[in-house]
Amino acid sequence: MRRILIIGATSALAHEAAKLFAKDGATLFLVGRNRSKLEVVESDLKVRGATQVHAFQLDLNQLDRHQAIFDTALDAMGGLDAILVAHGTLGDQQASQDSVNIALSELSTNFMSVVSILTIAANYFEKQKNGCIAVIGSVAGDRGRQSNYVYGTAKGGLDVFLQGLRNRMAKSNVAVVTIKPGLIDTPMTAGMKKGLLMAKAEVVGRDIHAAMLKGQSTLYTPWFWRYIMTIIRYIPEPIFKRLKL
Amino acid sequence: MAQKQSWGRYPKVETQATRVIQSVQLLDELPNLAQIEASVLPYGCGRSYGDSCLNEGGVVLDASSMKNFLNFDPATGLLRCEAGVTLAEIIEVMLPRGWFLPVSPGTKFVTVGGAIANDIHGKNHHKAGTFGCHLSRFMLLRSNGDKLLCSPTENTALFRATIGGLGLTGLILWAEFYLKPVQNAFLDVEEIRFNNLDEFFALSKASDKDYEYTVSWLDTIAAGKNLGRGVFIRGNHNQSGYLSSQTPKRKQLFTVPFDLPFSLLNRYSITAFNNSVYYSHIHKVTRKVKSYEPFFYPLDIVGRWNRFYGRDGLLQYQCVVPYDSDTVAMTEIITRIVAMGEGFLAVLKNFGDIKSPGMLSFPRPGPTLALDFPYHGSKTLRLMENLDTIVREYGGAVYPAKDARMSKQSFQSYYPNWQEFSQYIDPKFSSSFWRRVTDSPPQNEA
Repeated sequence: MRRILIIGATSALAHEAAKLFAKDGATLFLVGRNRSKLEVVESDLKVRGATQVHAFQLDLNQLDRHQAIFDTALDAMGGLDAILVAHGTLGDQQASQDSVNIALSELSTNFMSVVSILTIAANYFEKQKNGCIAVIGSVAGDRGRQSNYVYGTAKGGLDVFLQGLRNRMAKSNVAVVTIKPGLIDTPMTAGMKKGLLMAKAEVVGRDIHAAMLKGQSTLYTPWFWRYIMTIIRYIPEPIFKRLKL
Repeated sequence: MAQKQSWGRYPKVETQATRVIQSVQLLDELPNLAQIEASVLPYGCGRSYGDSCLNEGGVVLDASSMKNFLNFDPATGLLRCEAGVTLAEIIEVMLPRGWFLPVSPGTKFVTVGGAIANDIHGKNHHKAGTFGCHLSRFMLLRSNGDKLLCSPTENTALFRATIGGLGLTGLILWAEFYLKPVQNAFLDVEEIRFNNLDEFFALSKASDKDYEYTVSWLDTIAAGKNLGRGVFIRGNHNQSGYLSSQTPKRKQLFTVPFDLPFSLLNRYSITAFNNSVYYSHIHKVTRKVKSYEPFFYPLDIVGRWNRFYGRDGLLQYQCVVPYDSDTVAMTEIITRIVAMGEGFLAVLKNFGDIKSPGMLSFPRPGPTLALDFPYHGSKTLRLMENLDTIVREYGGAVYPAKDARMSKQSFQSYYPNWQEFSQYIDPKFSSSFWRRVTDSPPQNEA
């Protein structure tokens, strides 16, 4: 993978994966919301060996800019081999319950804006008949739980969207990778208690890099979340609805 | 109450809280240190052995998230990175491109910030001095919000105070220093058996000019006529272009999963170890080509090896005595250790006379000895106090990064300029070590 577009490039997971692509000597186009963070990630990836790094500041909620940013990336890199979509917010569940606007804006950032950029990318890759689309979802999308179901809804919707997209792109030789991280020690989870299950972002970055190179369909990372979520999915609803999860 | 530990896991102290410091360039998100209620102390990998990285009852500033590279100039080897970048990461990124650390300590799992704060040294001290000798500048955040660029020409006093300043002068945000070019990841190594300290000094003298790296393993069991025997190790970077395409990959063998209830390192295991090392060098001289990892970081192959020392932890003791004390001081120290009857892992080296810019730096010309001690309560502390008496008498010094117990009196005689240094301490910053060896209150009044 020589040319990669990374959306939400300053997220810890995207950055960790990007470090490995940089080491491989890839050319990277970074899109993120915070300019000073972008600059740091850009300089870091350059030192780590990326052939070229471009950075572009954008709030991904500006859906009407998506086509333009995609075209700019194509221009800058002279083509595209993969896209990694990693932006998102882990909103406050209570706030989403209290306010319609906050709930909708969570869905907008974590679902609508991803669908928007993926639709553009999918049409491009379908024509090219080659490429990789990787998206960071979440184990929270596997089953709705009271503690984070608004965020979970967005990630769950994304999961279904990616299933369909994978099905559509199979004949065009385009891999669609759904990445489902568990609890990761990143700035996003800074407020949480760090238990045994909390994994390091470096580990997840390695998994993402490997899954993209392989074109794996669904990646649970770290690996044990596949089994945890299997159990959680199979708990019968009459019991599940009484649990505090 | 949270617990942050040092590598020796002695003493064990409670910290009030840990504040994770995010990446430094995010100006808007830089922490307001003045708002924190207790005293603060930067914390990197926690590889200092004693309490210089601990702040009992205070707050530690966890710098491990500040780990971005900021710039590299392949023409000069000048690297700029955030203070939480580890030496391991620098090697991983830079060695394949032909660059290596100017100075390597015995483990690569330390941060750049920690390397500066302890002004670390390595096997090439006689050729390259300390880490601080290779610094071009760094950015220091003070608790009043000032960001000060420190270099040999700007904020000179703070530059000198921060190098070896034990993290007390402020939070280092990023640093810039020179890497050195190497042909490949290998070293040409010679290991030479020596039978006593006189032989060690002779070997050291003969090797310092032509060998970039020198260090010795010392047998601390052998007494009598075998006192001071060991193996002298010297090496240079391998120059073969052929090897440059090879990148040795060494994985950790295993990580010690939990604290052993007692120390595995006792007189029997260490006697066996000492004998096996000595007698494995059947020939007077052994020559080999070694990859950098077993040469520089032999212990890194086992994760959390400090747990081998059991729940009570371990103490390190590293001292240096001046050359003019000849072999007398070292002989006295080693005799004392051997007489304890309990063997310890020991490393001996001659420091060179390259002066560090650091005000409170430990290395000074003379032989330096580093030892591991399983902690056995007052017996261990007494022995170390006895060693201090000898070191003080000969005008030597003990390394704060490895200390958990030296007395005020010892510290102040080892570092007579500590009061000059203390005027550069940030009033918000403090450490368990500093409060122990001076009489400073938990939080100085600004």
